[in-house]
Amino acid sequence: MPELYEQSTESLLSALNAGDLSSRTLTTACLDRIDQLNKKLNAFVSVNADAALAKADAVDKRRATGQTIGLLQGLPVGVKDNICQAGVATTCGSRMLHNYCPPYDAHVVEQLNAEDGVIVGQLNMDEFAMGSSTETSASGVTRNPWNPEHSPGGSSGGAAAAVAAGMVPLALGSDTGGSIRQPASFCGVVGMKPTYGRVSRFGLVAFASSLDQIGPFARDVHGAALLLQVISGHDTRDTTSVDSVVANYTGQFNQSLEGLRIGIVDEHYGEGLDDEVEAAVRRGIERLESAGATVKSVKLPHARYSVATYYLIAPSEASSNLARYDGIHYGHRTEDFNSRNDGLIDLYCRSRGEGFGAEVKRRIMLGTYALSAGYYDAYYLKALKVRRRIREDFDKAFAEVDIIAGPVAPTAAFRIGEKMNDPLAMYLSDIYTISANLAGIPGISVPCGLTTNGLPIGLQLQASTFSETTLLQAAAMAETSGDTIGVCPVA
Amino acid sequence: MSSPSYTVIIGLEVHTQLKTNSKLFCSCANEFNPDNPNTQTCPVCLGLPGALPVMNRHAFDLSLKTALALNCTIPHFTKWDRKQYYYPDLPKAYQISQFDLPFSENGWLEITNDEDGGPVRRINITRAHLEEDAGKNVHDESGQGGDSGVDLNRTGTPLLEIVSEPDLRSASEARRYLEEMRTLLLFIEVSDCNMQEGSLRCDANVNLHIHNEDGTTTATPIVELKNMNSFRNVEMAIDYEVKRQHSEFKKTGKTIDDSSKVTRGWDAERSVTFAQREKEDVSDYRFFPDPDLVPVVLTESEIEVVRRSLPETPAVKRDRFRTEHGLTEYDASVIIGQGPGITAYFEAVVFACGDGKIAVNWVTQDVLRDLNASESGVDDFPITSDLLGTLLKWITSERLTNKSAREVYAILKKRAVTGDEISVQDVETLAAEREIVRDTGALEAAIAAAIASRPDAVEDVKTGKLQAVGPMMGMVMKQVGGADPKEVRAMLISMIQDS
Ligand SMILES: [Zn+2]
Repeated sequence: MPELYEQSTESLLSALNAGDLSSRTLTTACLDRIDQLNKKLNAFVSVNADAALAKADAVDKRRATGQTIGLLQGLPVGVKDNICQAGVATTCGSRMLHNYCPPYDAHVVEQLNAEDGVIVGQLNMDEFAMGSSTETSASGVTRNPWNPEHSPGGSSGGAAAAVAAGMVPLALGSDTGGSIRQPASFCGVVGMKPTYGRVSRFGLVAFASSLDQIGPFARDVHGAALLLQVISGHDTRDTTSVDSVVANYTGQFNQSLEGLRIGIVDEHYGEGLDDEVEAAVRRGIERLESAGATVKSVKLPHARYSVATYYLIAPSEASSNLARYDGIHYGHRTEDFNSRNDGLIDLYCRSRGEGFGAEVKRRIMLGTYALSAGYYDAYYLKALKVRRRIREDFDKAFAEVDIIAGPVAPTAAFRIGEKMNDPLAMYLSDIYTISANLAGIPGISVPCGLTTNGLPIGLQLQASTFSETTLLQAAAMAETSGDTIGVCPVA
Repeated sequence: MSSPSYTVIIGLEVHTQLKTNSKLFCSCANEFNPDNPNTQTCPVCLGLPGALPVMNRHAFDLSLKTALALNCTIPHFTKWDRKQYYYPDLPKAYQISQFDLPFSENGWLEITNDEDGGPVRRINITRAHLEEDAGKNVHDESGQGGDSGVDLNRTGTPLLEIVSEPDLRSASEARRYLEEMRTLLLFIEVSDCNMQEGSLRCDANVNLHIHNEDGTTTATPIVELKNMNSFRNVEMAIDYEVKRQHSEFKKTGKTIDDSSKVTRGWDAERSVTFAQREKEDVSDYRFFPDPDLVPVVLTESEIEVVRRSLPETPAVKRDRFRTEHGLTEYDASVIIGQGPGITAYFEAVVFACGDGKIAVNWVTQDVLRDLNASESGVDDFPITSDLLGTLLKWITSERLTNKSAREVYAILKKRAVTGDEISVQDVETLAAEREIVRDTGALEAAIAAAIASRPDAVEDVKTGKLQAVGPMMGMVMKQVGGADPKEVRAMLISMIQDS
């Protein structure tokens, strides 16, 4: 019998359902695992054991008395620290919000509670989700459970590390340019960015509103599908949330891939892609082919502009979204202020100067510049035009194929500190993921192998908007037909 | 006298708070409530992290209604933009507004050029756009240097900005434009237009076109006037500013090319405008489309639904009052200028009595005088339109003299003071007691007696001195209480001439 933290989502669910496993036992096991490993990995920034156990007991009690239980059946879930929970510190990995407790629950938190998820705690992230390594958090660096010298990726590094290390079977992250898929790839777990509008952003602290999307992390595709099912759906509080039917994602696995058309993009296999990653990804695609899919080349001619486009749009929106953190209403306010000598502008500058880290400041400055009079047309407006082209490329490609398959990131997990002083190199680690955000399409990272150094490699699958069902079916096939990467050793 | 040496150029920006139950992007109450700061707030209007705006469709429809009443073009696509600046009363550090694609543009509002109904002037409206209001910074006014506070009750209130073309040519014209605008907004029921509570605000852009001797024209720098909290203040501030700019130009010769737009405030106590320090350097608002809000796409039929819901505008009503009820332009303007309450009262009285001229005389003289004296609204006025209409019906059917009607009216007012209920039946009874006597036999006898008693006066009348009937009329009226003086006079003259 494998340890609880090694078991598949399906086996945990069936044990819970059969009464062989209580939510309290499972939750306690998770809390023990967190106790044991969090000092080393720093995946969780806060854990609320009492609330988690109380919820677990409530679910167990209802199960014992034969009442209906929600879809999550008492499975423990971790939540990225940019998703609001009433009365729980939600810091976004920033000194700016170190003391901030939202007075309300995010839509996804309401959904987790309603479907009997047991929320265990808040997960570390790059400050305001700006980063690809979970090194910029005010709560410190998160480490990769496969090798603590390496980064778990980011910005949802805490979520990926927690799931990989068996601290929780499920977690919620957010993905603005790859922030779910890249850490999932680095940590050898499944991570999915849904279609833009599939999941309500109400209660997700905004980084770049037109790109942000909440999505699931899990040990396996089944878990990701289950969690997606729980958080999806229309929410009138987010006008960009789309009223589109949410299918029963978990009920559609084990279907043949016969007739599934998979596209590969030649541009993916150019300069910068690590050889071992390329080999593993190609093997992954071959396996889908031998399972019945057909593979053909597709063109995404504007994809090479996606990093440049992204780094105009995302910082522009961020510079506006983060302007509210001014030290007046909530969050960090400077101590270095004397109303006799200092003006309002000093209060703003010092509060923001102290509250934000270097990467956040860099992006605020980039965005402010791009939106400034005289530059707007050349930068922001042009970026929007390119974004439209990128979207059109995908529309054309998806007229020919159902799935586009390729790498998640150019390399496996890099070393902590390796790219901290080279922002451009850091930005390029999202080169394969950000076009999905620009186009609004769903994407998923599924483990497809290990490097010779024992670090996981992810295979990225993308589909057209609102084709999550197809995407998850293909991902499930890639998963069952793949080399198992084995259980994370938590070195 | 030479012709004026300059032309005054004025454009107005009117901000009006829309009368909705809830705010523009959240469900908080939209109410003026300065005594309980920060009680009408939620994560959305507080700008808390993660909160998202959702457009209040009712506010949008009210804006649409206004724009249609202002004869604007309504594009089928409009979007929301963020106007970014830092200020404590702006919790998101941006205001959700509309920048390059407002929901309406190119309209007009007609104003009469003077009180006697001179030629109508059409003032063009550049655009009207919808935005959210900011909160209010609250400072210690005791001078003790206490902490400043921020009240966010007003944050997110729907605010309609209506921008005119620089078509206005004098301060009094600007005032009439504002009065006409206010009347319109009240009639279509989109705003309370209460300047004291800030639900109607106005900024004015003012400059001069100096006419040079060589026939060319020089424009002075544009000044934006703020802080004017009444129409009278707007008028005074513009008048002051015109003189100031003229003497400034004579002194410095500075033109529009020498200075960008500056802001000056109006000091109502000292009756001067003064240079205002800007909040901060806000020349660049870094507008960009708000990614949290989907654009609004309108179909022609949706616009048509709102167009059909539009009540009669004041301008159309004014025309109708002239053609249908025989009112003068002046009288029609006086009634309508009093707002929808008085206008509805007037229309009910006309409906009951059937004569617009009599109704307008009574409403503008008696009713308005009494309302002003009592400082109460027309809804609380004890002599309701039913009662007045019933009374005036007696005049229009020539059964009651104006004088007797005034007696009845006075009795009704007295009863109202004592709090007695007054019914239509009471009015009928009081009027009947004073009914004009139709018994021509009695009248003829009284007239004959009067003629017989004053042969001297009879001679005068015969020679054309008609005013000589006066004393005889007095005798007849004394004798026959309910007689109609006009009728008595006519009968007297005709009987003398026939004798
Ligand atoms: Zn609110």
